[in-house]
Amino acid sequence: MSESNTPTAPAVQVNMANLRGGIEYASQWTLMWLRFKKHKVALVSMYIVLALYLMAVFAEFLAPFDPEVALRNEGDYKAKAYHPPQGIHLFDTTGGGISFSPYVEVLKEKVDPESLKKIYVADAEKKIPVSFFVHGFEYKFLGLFKTDIHFFGPKKHGEVFYLFGSDRNGRDMFSRVIYGGRFTLSLGLIGVLLSVVFGIFLGGISGYYGGRIDWVVQRLVEFIISLPTIPIWLAMAAALPKEWPPQYQYMAVTVIISLIGWTQLARVVRGRLLSMRGDVFVVAAQLDGCSEGRVIFRHMLPSLASHIIAAVTLSIPLMVVAETSLSFLGLGLQPPAISWGVLLKEAQNIRSIAVAPWLFIPGGAVVIAVLALNFMGDGLRDAADPYSH
Amino acid sequence: MLSYILRRLLSAIPFLFMVSLTVFVLIQLPPGDFVDSWAAAQSASGEVVDMATMIDMRHRYGLDQNILVQYFHWIVGIMQGDFGYSFEWNSPVSALIGERMNLTLILSVGTLFLTWGLALPIGIYTAVRRYSIGDYFFTFIGFIGLAVPHFLIALVLMYLSVKYWALDVTGLFSSEYATAPWSWGRVQDLLNHLWIPMIILGLGSTASLIRIMRANLIDQLYMPYVVTARAKGLSEVRLLLKYPVRIALNPFVSTIGMILPQLVSGAVIMSIVLNLPTAGPLLYQSLLSQDIYLSGAFLLLLSMMTVVGTLISDILLVILDPRIRLEQ
Repeated sequence: MSESNTPTAPAVQVNMANLRGGIEYASQWTLMWLRFKKHKVALVSMYIVLALYLMAVFAEFLAPFDPEVALRNEGDYKAKAYHPPQGIHLFDTTGGGISFSPYVEVLKEKVDPESLKKIYVADAEKKIPVSFFVHGFEYKFLGLFKTDIHFFGPKKHGEVFYLFGSDRNGRDMFSRVIYGGRFTLSLGLIGVLLSVVFGIFLGGISGYYGGRIDWVVQRLVEFIISLPTIPIWLAMAAALPKEWPPQYQYMAVTVIISLIGWTQLARVVRGRLLSMRGDVFVVAAQLDGCSEGRVIFRHMLPSLASHIIAAVTLSIPLMVVAETSLSFLGLGLQPPAISWGVLLKEAQNIRSIAVAPWLFIPGGAVVIAVLALNFMGDGLRDAADPYSH
Repeated sequence: MLSYILRRLLSAIPFLFMVSLTVFVLIQLPPGDFVDSWAAAQSASGEVVDMATMIDMRHRYGLDQNILVQYFHWIVGIMQGDFGYSFEWNSPVSALIGERMNLTLILSVGTLFLTWGLALPIGIYTAVRRYSIGDYFFTFIGFIGLAVPHFLIALVLMYLSVKYWALDVTGLFSSEYATAPWSWGRVQDLLNHLWIPMIILGLGSTASLIRIMRANLIDQLYMPYVVTARAKGLSEVRLLLKYPVRIALNPFVSTIGMILPQLVSGAVIMSIVLNLPTAGPLLYQSLLSQDIYLSGAFLLLLSMMTVVGTLISDILLVILDPRIRLEQ
């Protein structure tokens, strides 16, 4: 739902040109966008959220390496496990002058003579040139056509570098984090859509009819809210067969998470509908002989749309955290599926994080996504409320 | 007021019944039963389990009966204090869960009080000194607390403590007290270990409480009655604590119902990471091995903790806030 804001954005800016001095003609959405724009943190967060979702959509294009493959440099006989992260040097200063030619310094594997631990030391001699739009592993671009062009990567196909280090099996963490975003972020979005359907439906009939139906739905919502979510999720997730293919697990985890997530939305929708029930335009629609469904969905819900979008944006981070927690415990998505939670599972034991602290990087991705979504949701909520200052 | 409390107590009964039903359905969800997973584990270690033994076991544990009959036996047993038998540990469930549930309760309620103790002064400070450096600082910490999942905070802390402080943050007791009977020394040992999980657990809820307190207090601070009191020359501290803070406090009480489920949830996952001797790790293990009476007892007690917490907060609110009483 977070993208639904973007199509309106350019249109609004175009409108703004004709709108000077005529704010009284602006639509509700224009006013909301104007208010939202004033909130700088929310605006920046929106761009971050957009960037993250674009990253999820174009994961194959952006990832320099196949996330499933244990990478090897040519001539190496085995993959490099727990290879530390390497930085990209943008300018080459060797040989006197400065020239723009990005490269990555090669790290050589050595054994520390004292502790006998495997360490990596910089090898100034060898460089791996990096370039944009290089040929890498083959994939289907948006599922449409086959290509092997990647946004960036080693100039020579077959060379390897690790921006975020490598994992236990020598797979590139950078590519894995990008791929992981696809599962985690889309799960948040789909989970929220399911919650919206539940929440609007149940909150809608509860707020519109009131009385006994309202009582039943409200008790149900209270009941679900008073339950501790994680133990209940764990119990449901433990019931999933481990041998299910990733798509099934994905759907099941989404449904489990949204089964509990809808309550907040139902409350928002109900509260607003209840206060709106006696409004003139609703009575008018009823007197015009509109069916109840039409009154709810055509007349009442549109005036709630902005609140719903704000509530939805605020629930996505909850879903993201839920997925991450479940997969982290090994009860959500299972490898070979890659999600941020699955990646964090690698950081579960203290020995591996002591050797490879970069295994925390997916956690950083979770934090950035959750923070950005929260700020954006806060901004949207304030913007949706005509009485906020 | 008494009649309201009575009514509220009565209305909790169907809630608790629903909790028990939900929990029972949940633990029956996985395909197969304990005997299946036991047999699978046996055959994995090379032993063959024949059909007759399995049927015999099912009969002995009552797993071959109608599901409603099983529920009935289960719930009647629980009302008599019998939580059933753990297949995996070969011991009555009540013997396994007692101390773990107590520690979970201590951890959750302790964290609740810690959360209040921190959120109240910080909330007042951030509301009164709005947009100061301190306000931004606490807002920032608060957002981190909200955004970082409990298990991640626990993991990072574990990493830092091993790498830089040479400290062990896992567990709730030192090794010499781990299985010792309760004594004064053991209580002190517990308190020495308890603060780290409490901080990890409390960070997120403290953050949301600070925001609630700040917003409520700001709403009150510009009310005409505050201006009047100030004009009459009431000292600033007295003015603040006597009226606006008191009114802004009401949501604090009602958040028990909101925050306690979060704390209990968070405690489960954090305890698994830090391997605390609370409900979390054992619940996790029993869910994986389908030890249904053990996992059922934990799920039931954890859910009951939050339902009862909500009940207490509702009743406290009525006692504290006369306006709610009048509406009844």
